[in-house]
Amino acid sequence: MATNINVNGASVAIEADPDTPLLWVLREHLGLKGTKYGCGISACGACTVHMDGMPVRSCVLPLEGVGTARITTIEGLESPAARAVRDAWIALDVVQCGYCQSGQIMSAIALLEGTPAPTDEDIDGAMSGNICRCATYLRIRAAIRAAAAALKA
Amino acid sequence: MGIDAGISRRGFLKGAGGAGLVIGVTLSGLGRGRVMAGEAPFAPNAFVRVSPDNLVTVVIKQFEMGQGVTTGLATLVADEMDADWSQIRTEFAPADLALYKNLFFGIQATGGSNSIANSYDQMRRAGAMARAMLVAAAAKAWNVPADSVSVSKGVLTAGARRAVFGDVASAAARLPPPDDVVLKRPDRFTLIGKHVGRLDSPAKSTGKETYTIDMDLPGLLTAVTAKPPRFGATVKSFDASDALAVKGVRHVVGIPEGVAVVAEGTWPALKGRKALRVEWDESGAERRSSDDLVAEYRLLLDKPGAVAVRRGDPPGGLAAAVKTVDAVLEFPYLAHAAMEPMNCIAWLHDGTLETWSGHQAPTMDQLNMAAAAGLPVDKVVLHTLPSGGSFGRRSTFDGDHIVEAVRVAKAVGGTAPIRLQRMREDDMRAGYYRPLYVHRVRAGVDAAGKLCGWSHRIVGQSIYSASPAAAAAMKDGVDDSSVEGAANTPYAIPNLQVDLHSPGPEVPVHVWRSVGNSHTAYAMETVMDELAGLAGRDPVEFRLALLTEQPRHAGVLRLAAEQANWGSALPDGVARGVAVHRTFNTSVAQVVELGLDDDGTIRVRRVVVAVDCGRVVNPDIVRAQMEGGVGFGLSAALLSELTLDKGAAVERNFDAFQVLRIDRMPAVEVHIVESDEAPTGVGEPGVPPVAPAIANAVAALTGTRVRRLPFARWKPGTA
Repeated sequence: MATNINVNGASVAIEADPDTPLLWVLREHLGLKGTKYGCGISACGACTVHMDGMPVRSCVLPLEGVGTARITTIEGLESPAARAVRDAWIALDVVQCGYCQSGQIMSAIALLEGTPAPTDEDIDGAMSGNICRCATYLRIRAAIRAAAAALKA
Repeated sequence: MGIDAGISRRGFLKGAGGAGLVIGVTLSGLGRGRVMAGEAPFAPNAFVRVSPDNLVTVVIKQFEMGQGVTTGLATLVADEMDADWSQIRTEFAPADLALYKNLFFGIQATGGSNSIANSYDQMRRAGAMARAMLVAAAAKAWNVPADSVSVSKGVLTAGARRAVFGDVASAAARLPPPDDVVLKRPDRFTLIGKHVGRLDSPAKSTGKETYTIDMDLPGLLTAVTAKPPRFGATVKSFDASDALAVKGVRHVVGIPEGVAVVAEGTWPALKGRKALRVEWDESGAERRSSDDLVAEYRLLLDKPGAVAVRRGDPPGGLAAAVKTVDAVLEFPYLAHAAMEPMNCIAWLHDGTLETWSGHQAPTMDQLNMAAAAGLPVDKVVLHTLPSGGSFGRRSTFDGDHIVEAVRVAKAVGGTAPIRLQRMREDDMRAGYYRPLYVHRVRAGVDAAGKLCGWSHRIVGQSIYSASPAAAAAMKDGVDDSSVEGAANTPYAIPNLQVDLHSPGPEVPVHVWRSVGNSHTAYAMETVMDELAGLAGRDPVEFRLALLTEQPRHAGVLRLAAEQANWGSALPDGVARGVAVHRTFNTSVAQVVELGLDDDGTIRVRRVVVAVDCGRVVNPDIVRAQMEGGVGFGLSAALLSELTLDKGAAVERNFDAFQVLRIDRMPAVEVHIVESDEAPTGVGEPGVPPVAPAIANAVAALTGTRVRRLPFARWKPGTA
């Protein structure tokens, strides 16, 4: 039985068990590999995607729980905030191993779309669900501030 | 330096002969390389190719786990070539001992923070050779002397004539290699030492990088393995019927490591594993807990160990002390917890084994996988992909997860490629931890306030214990990696002894970012700090007095102290601590400033770092590695602990195995010593000083010397 969901603006029919986490649907059914597996228990944030614009952990969101919500992945980002974040990430060379960065970026964009001029406390609050074992946190903070400044300009 | 043996002109000629091998990466049609249609690329050696479309491909022999080595090695080639940075592409080298060995290790492997150090001259010569041949080709075409051709940003010019590399690549390919090349004087560098952006930033900032977990192949199946509950246990029997009934499950196979469920995707594989019934044989299992091991190790502290270093008269030196420290220090097991859990794709086909993984030690992996597959080594073709971290985890001597992938591929008997994927819990339970260590340090100062004796006993598993081949690295019963940072301390300690016990629980252990220095630095630098206090001396001055023969080491200590305004007043409730340590020939000093939250939680506010790594190839990557090293060290100092409960790992995911998150990341200021010395590494040396610097600041703030990591276990007001 197929389940219809909306991913990156397109309606797609998924042939998978309804309890399949969205993470594996995105990666293995739709080939959207930018969203990463890190823990499977929503403890690390590597799998963060947007559900109607809100950051959610796709590793614990079952396919049957998606309903009519709009899912956006790192591959489907087009907003000004998304561009500003991506540009800042590259300009500041935030990444090291890079594996967690899709999730970091998805959390950062959601933050800026709700809070265009975040304080450091706002940043830490919005980003503390995303682990980076390379500890690129300083540059993540700096890139979010830079993206916020670019959006304001 | 004696490192050019592999890159003499003869070596280069072999490299030129190896151009076929370079192209061979793509033979399967699935690799990352690109074969030029029509004209062959100019491949003057095994490290550089220039294609007619003007792209320069640098072959990267070191493993990219996030430390930025791809950018660093490409910079060395590009600078000597005078290439334009925008024309540089990279690809990871195939397994080839002759061409791509680490010149310091003698095998193809990445570790010891020596990627740049061992490649610095080699990669520059590779670039210079390519440049010389492109110049010769242009000179010949234009009928001008070679020394009238200049090169800048990938453009060759002579008078009004102008060409790009691609224009003359085919002609250059037909020229004989030069007898020798002249390397640039450092003042001519255009990229080395300058700001050069990471080559992998765009892909990694857009979700486009391909890691092993992302790699796709036709018919690829996913395998997850059910593993014994305790270290050392094995499979007694299993019933696969329910697992095989799960939709999408294709195979259930017994392998030496456990029982693997192979399915058409990760979720079916996990559901299949859940349905699997396994009976375990725990007769040979480890039954001890971390507390048991600590108690056993503490008993060993009273028995003489294998001597790693002895100089002067250690007992006599201690006898002369008027004030002494007698400290027992405990360090837990630590998981690497790289963000990408261990994985490997293995594909047995046409009499060969092809693999895709984050191969941190390709030629070692190749040997391990050949043995597991029952194939000759030359039938094992590795494709190395970047990995989501490693911190040493992907270099295990027995190749645990890659061998497991091969065994599953072999057991299913088909020709489908198999991705063995460890889930986070599998990854964290699998071992290969930083070993649990207990130290005892007895040290003292004499009536003049001078350090007069230091006796240091270390107890902990050897990372070589599980590896007969690596065991050869043991010298007189001493595993150097257990005592490094103590036995080879830069301090002029007059009466010094370091000895070692290496007991062997059934827990696999391995290198973990900075290896022995991850615990020895804490022992050395906290006791040194305490001795300074007993002597009534400033901690920085006390250390400097013992470093008069170590100007570079003393230099970073002075620089960090100066930049941190060491000795200046701080707000109430804030204290400073300092530590300096040399890891793999790079000295790093750190000064931390911290306070305590109302609930006693340590709040590190600022870390000032000074690093001397010789000639700097990429200053921003050096900064990034220091920032990241501080963060990685903070996790271990403050939060992380892998506890053994009756032979089983307690912490199995990030809910229990705590690591640093952004809200506890302090400001980090990095100061890099300008130097013309040979380059040394930066991937690991930023880690060791953090924990002792914190401990010293906590002691300054509270008067308490914390002897056990992590600090999460400590409550203010207790020891």
